[in-house]
Amino acid sequence: MTQSAAATSATRAVGGALERLPPPTSLLLVAGAAGLLVGSLRSEVFAQLTVQGLALGAVYGSLALALVLVYRATRVVNFAQGELAMATTYIAYQLIKWGLSYWEAFFATLAIAFVLGTVLELALVRPVQHRSVIAAVIVTVGLFILIDGVVNWIWGGDFKYMPTPFGTKTYHLGGVSIARLYPGMLGVVLVSVVLVWALFRFTKLGLGMRAAALRPAESALVGVRVDWMLAIGWGLAAVLGAVAGLMAEPSQFFLDPTLMQPILVYAFAAAVLGGLESPAGAVVGGLAIGVSLNLVVQYVHPITSELQTPFAFAVLLAVLLLKPSGLFGHREVRRV
Amino acid sequence: MKRRLPALVSLLAVCGVLAALPFLLGNYNVSLAARVGIYFIAVLGLNILTGYTGQISIGHGAFMAVGGYTTAVMSRDHHTSLILTMLLAFAICFVLGLLVGLPALRLSGVYLALATFAFAVSVPQLPLKWSKFLGGRDGVQTSRTVSHTWLYGAAWTTSAIGFVLAWLILRGRVGRAFRAVRDSEIAAVASGIELPVYKTLAFGISAAYAGVAGSLFVLATNGFAAPDEFGVVLSLQLLVGAAVAGLGSLWGVLAGAVFVGLLPTVSSSVPVIGSNHGRDVVFGAAVVLVMLLLPGGFAGLLARLRRFAGA
Repeated sequence: MTQSAAATSATRAVGGALERLPPPTSLLLVAGAAGLLVGSLRSEVFAQLTVQGLALGAVYGSLALALVLVYRATRVVNFAQGELAMATTYIAYQLIKWGLSYWEAFFATLAIAFVLGTVLELALVRPVQHRSVIAAVIVTVGLFILIDGVVNWIWGGDFKYMPTPFGTKTYHLGGVSIARLYPGMLGVVLVSVVLVWALFRFTKLGLGMRAAALRPAESALVGVRVDWMLAIGWGLAAVLGAVAGLMAEPSQFFLDPTLMQPILVYAFAAAVLGGLESPAGAVVGGLAIGVSLNLVVQYVHPITSELQTPFAFAVLLAVLLLKPSGLFGHREVRRV
Repeated sequence: MKRRLPALVSLLAVCGVLAALPFLLGNYNVSLAARVGIYFIAVLGLNILTGYTGQISIGHGAFMAVGGYTTAVMSRDHHTSLILTMLLAFAICFVLGLLVGLPALRLSGVYLALATFAFAVSVPQLPLKWSKFLGGRDGVQTSRTVSHTWLYGAAWTTSAIGFVLAWLILRGRVGRAFRAVRDSEIAAVASGIELPVYKTLAFGISAAYAGVAGSLFVLATNGFAAPDEFGVVLSLQLLVGAAVAGLGSLWGVLAGAVFVGLLPTVSSSVPVIGSNHGRDVVFGAAVVLVMLLLPGGFAGLLARLRRFAGA
């Protein structure tokens, strides 16, 4: 296969995710969006919850996208992704304590996260990648415990407070008041997601990464450095995770080592809802989970805020049982 | 019989050492040894599922929680004998395991890991929701507490019973079916093994073991069943224990149980990072290193040594 042929097939497989959206899914998405709009126009509380839910959902979607990137690149589900995001948030906290402004620390943290993700892939995941699912899962589980331990060791388990990134301003739209925080979170996450998408879509590096993930052997033949591409994929995932962590912190108003544990479950649910292989699906899944969690807790009385993770578990299980390929995925055909 | 002799001798030796331990160790160390016994039961159960049947589960801490709360609630409300509550935990978790095994039939590999992980995170939330009955964040206190020696005896007696039971299950028809499912589901079906039956059965058995371990676990924490004791890290530890044991080996389970039962405590006395905060650093690093250096776990190491000695 020539380079261009390999590249075209890779482009078609990845870039075409939106065009090949199955009709029921697009119908469902349009109906969902319309429902949210109508509800928001009729009730102020509903509108507030929707905006808040979308912002939180963007955070879940960002972490879910990190999981999907890692899964596509190395066929490993990284159980430590949430803890890695939590640890990078602590790094930002430390940088701010050392005198950097919030946004300086933000970008410095993203760079550190990239290096961290790349190094972890090279050092720990590479050796077990071709063994078994169980071996890879257990290495990431060990990483989960290790990162948790390191953070507790350095910073302790008590609450830390970071300056707010978006100030305390509140917008008033009609009767709806929305803290500036939520549009801010939504904006930051969406911009990062779009940047990552553009990297994959329009750069030669992105092309190489897509090719390396889809057809490692063939892309190595046409000169793609597959090993490097996979490591960079992990680095990018860590960056997205760091964005998720940094945006999750202001929504919780404090930082502690368990910050990302429930969010990891929501991100799993989001990734599975989107089909585990689809980047667009992960983001849409995240938004859907965020909004529905917020609305369900408000309007369905038996489900209180303690039941958020069980609810996400129920969603995850329902998707896996009813439509394992998710909203955006396609059925896997396997020859035995 | 001749082939089995070394195994039998080492089994007797292990039993002898375990029986002598409470007379040799101080009170604190007996409680640690009891904790190892509790992990032994849970890891043994998980190994039946993960090691012998090839189904991954990151959710066994949740079954331990169910077993633990069974003991605590029965003891609080009805003053039931603790041994009886263990049997009850066994039965309840067996049924619950069968139920959880049903959806697991359609999942495999990564998806099963995801679903069971979410299960492990979800279950500790339930006591917070039904806090009147399950005590909320404060937990449930059993009506009586036990001494370290009692706990040690109970944990290791149960371990011995569990070990024999597991050996009996795994050596026969059922065990062969489990291994066939692990090695190739398609080949297993082709040889007339009913996948749904054996997969759910493996889930039920391993959940029942975890339930009993959970009962004892509650007694080890002064009779308190609280959500934080059964957090997701417990589930992770059990899986780590099974991996260190080496999947599919009953002997390695002892090593796995010692690893997860003792290492976090031992590592808090490591210099420089040794403190309560730093203990997970050593533990996590050890987990990663063991997975990288000993792919077959302890059992794999034993097999390699044996080959080395034979050659």
